[in-house]
Amino acid sequence: MEYDHILIRYGEMALKGKNIKKFTVKLQENVQQKLKAFPKVKVKRTQGRMFIILNGEEPTPIIEKCKDIFGIQSLSLAIKVKNEPEAVKEAALFALQNSEDVKKFKVTVKRIDKNFPIRSQDLNQVLGGHLLSNTEGYTVDVHNPDLEIKVEIRLEATYITSSVVKGPGGLPVGTSGKSLLLLSGGIDSPVAGYLAMKRGVQLEAIHFHSPPFTSDRAKQKVMDLAKQLTAFGGSINIHVVPFTKLQQEVFKEIPDGYAMTIMRRMMMRISEKVCEQESILSMTTGENLGQVASQTMESMNTINEVTNYPVIRPLVTMDKSDIITISQQIGTYDTSILPYEDCCTIFVPKAPKTKPKRDKANYYESTKDFSSLIEEAVSGIEKVKITAETTIEPTFEDLF
Amino acid sequence: MIYLDNSATTKPDPGVLKSFEQISSHYFANPSSIHPFGGEAEKLLNMAKKQAAELLKVRQEEVVFTSGGTEGNNMAIKGIALQHQQRGKHVITTEIEHPSVFEACKSLETLGFDVTYLPVDQSGVVSVKDIQKAIREDTILISVMHVNNELGSIQPIKEIADLAATYPKIFFHVDDVQGLGKVPLSLSHPGINLCTISGHKINGLKGTGILYVDNRTTLFPLFHGGEQERNLRSGTENVAGSVSIVKALRLIKDKETSMLDHLYEVQAFLLHRLKDISEVDINTAEKAAPHIVNFSVPGIKPEVIIHMLAEKEIFISTKSACSSKQSDESKILAACGFSRARTISALRVSLSFETTKEEIQHFIDNLKKAINQFKKVME
Repeated sequence: MEYDHILIRYGEMALKGKNIKKFTVKLQENVQQKLKAFPKVKVKRTQGRMFIILNGEEPTPIIEKCKDIFGIQSLSLAIKVKNEPEAVKEAALFALQNSEDVKKFKVTVKRIDKNFPIRSQDLNQVLGGHLLSNTEGYTVDVHNPDLEIKVEIRLEATYITSSVVKGPGGLPVGTSGKSLLLLSGGIDSPVAGYLAMKRGVQLEAIHFHSPPFTSDRAKQKVMDLAKQLTAFGGSINIHVVPFTKLQQEVFKEIPDGYAMTIMRRMMMRISEKVCEQESILSMTTGENLGQVASQTMESMNTINEVTNYPVIRPLVTMDKSDIITISQQIGTYDTSILPYEDCCTIFVPKAPKTKPKRDKANYYESTKDFSSLIEEAVSGIEKVKITAETTIEPTFEDLF
Repeated sequence: MIYLDNSATTKPDPGVLKSFEQISSHYFANPSSIHPFGGEAEKLLNMAKKQAAELLKVRQEEVVFTSGGTEGNNMAIKGIALQHQQRGKHVITTEIEHPSVFEACKSLETLGFDVTYLPVDQSGVVSVKDIQKAIREDTILISVMHVNNELGSIQPIKEIADLAATYPKIFFHVDDVQGLGKVPLSLSHPGINLCTISGHKINGLKGTGILYVDNRTTLFPLFHGGEQERNLRSGTENVAGSVSIVKALRLIKDKETSMLDHLYEVQAFLLHRLKDISEVDINTAEKAAPHIVNFSVPGIKPEVIIHMLAEKEIFISTKSACSSKQSDESKILAACGFSRARTISALRVSLSFETTKEEIQHFIDNLKKAINQFKKVME
């Protein structure tokens, strides 16, 4: 006997009314995409639930992959047997013996197939007795069990599930439209992207690259971060903006205290243009209230003036330590802390204004026409598609 | 030439050699250098790591590139012992391990560790029950090979891992140098903490290897320095070697899926033909790995047969290459309880996926000739 199914439970999605199909279909697609490396596996939707049919594949690595798919509340290994009391007993025993760290268990029976000869309440007793008499060291505890063995006798077959592995919750990526993530290479922006994805957002990313001041490695680092984010949902297009000229001009023309603020306003302007071109309806940033000079309330107010697109700021009220914890959990931390200079760190004004004002920013910007430089930056954008599969870059393919 | 000593080492795959040569010539920069040339090398190294992780179905950060099997085994065993000695100083292993495990354990004894060397049965397999019995309060490490290099016997790694998983304080190390690509093993098993792999046994290059170190396991490094490989193994990374072993790994995994039946078939053919020779006693038990056959010709020194076959350009071996410098008795066969007549006359034929039945037939014909020729002289 072996586990032949994995049962997927939806979280919040289950609360959706008529729209639920849109969510489950997307989730099914995302699961299939994620399990591409296991060709034998099938993903099925039936009423109200989803199954992964293993067809002989090892369950552990599959559960490991599914743990990251948004929209999944929890997963359980399941055994499918015929609607026969002996088969059900055997499977329940298998489920108990193959679980770890269990002392107290309980059995819950749900009988949908009323032709099954034993009634739910009676079957609870029968199974509990069978398990206790064939094992040692276990007790039944209906209030506080370590393991709940669920037996569901449906018309077509009986499903036995046991240990529950928690999923990430949230909504399936792709059910909430697209957002453009401003991805710098630091700790915060990948976490912001992750949290946006958790709400069903499909990401594109924008990165400002200032060669020769920033290196190809800084750019690679951003690609690597995007790659790590693909683990949570599909491919990500990165728009790499050639930012050198515009950035140099800003730092040359604008007084020291406002250069950083205006550079950020330029970034928002360029981002908005990318959103327009790509039919993206919002931007996502890793901004966090009060973290650095550019993230004071005044700063946000002044920077936000240049766009009326919604700016999603998942981290805005979080503590730095909590952001770091998430970044470690999702695996971006080690990449984020690689010490390459990025466009925000190469020109650092001696005394940036922590309370910049809109009217002053507008005044300084009016002293010089930046529009052609903005246009130039936008037209020079390099678009790179990062997919979960691209481990080996095409140029190196022969070597592997 | 008929090369039947693939457990000693294998012929490097041309593609593997090409990768090594190209990277050595074109991407020779130090991956830790911050200029873009170093960046390219670093990129290659990272890709190698990702690819290795995908092929082994583990996480990228759990892959450590080494110089091969001996280093991997030493790094795992001494690394665990030195790092976790406050918890206890007891190590469990078997009597049939490769010298790089056995001698590493011996060296720990000189440092005050206590090592239990468990016996094996006649077919060369350790019992899980014996391991269970040997576990003590102060046990910190169990080290068991997957496939024995002389006999081809397969150890019950999954069962040992199941057992080890119930002792959270004990680390479990598997030496999979001989098993990789021939006998499937799932490293994602929660009971397995460390696993040694060697490049040159899978048509890769000498001087390349991987140690799998799961992310719950900490080791005391053997090499200190520039903190490369997550600070587990300092020293400028061997980018070309790392890419080359990953390529070898991919190729062997392909063959494992497509050609394993063929290998078992050739082995069955070899066993069948050997059984026809009355002077031959087969030492390899049934249910062994598909690429190793060990047999004895009692009364004839194995070295004599090796040299007589070598005249015909057929290459087989006595015991493992790494043990052949020591005494003439096979310690492994002795551990299985074979008579001395058999333990001092053992020969090993080890196959590759490319070995053909024609080659085996040719080997058998010449083996018979050699035995007859020797007997004539002695009469």
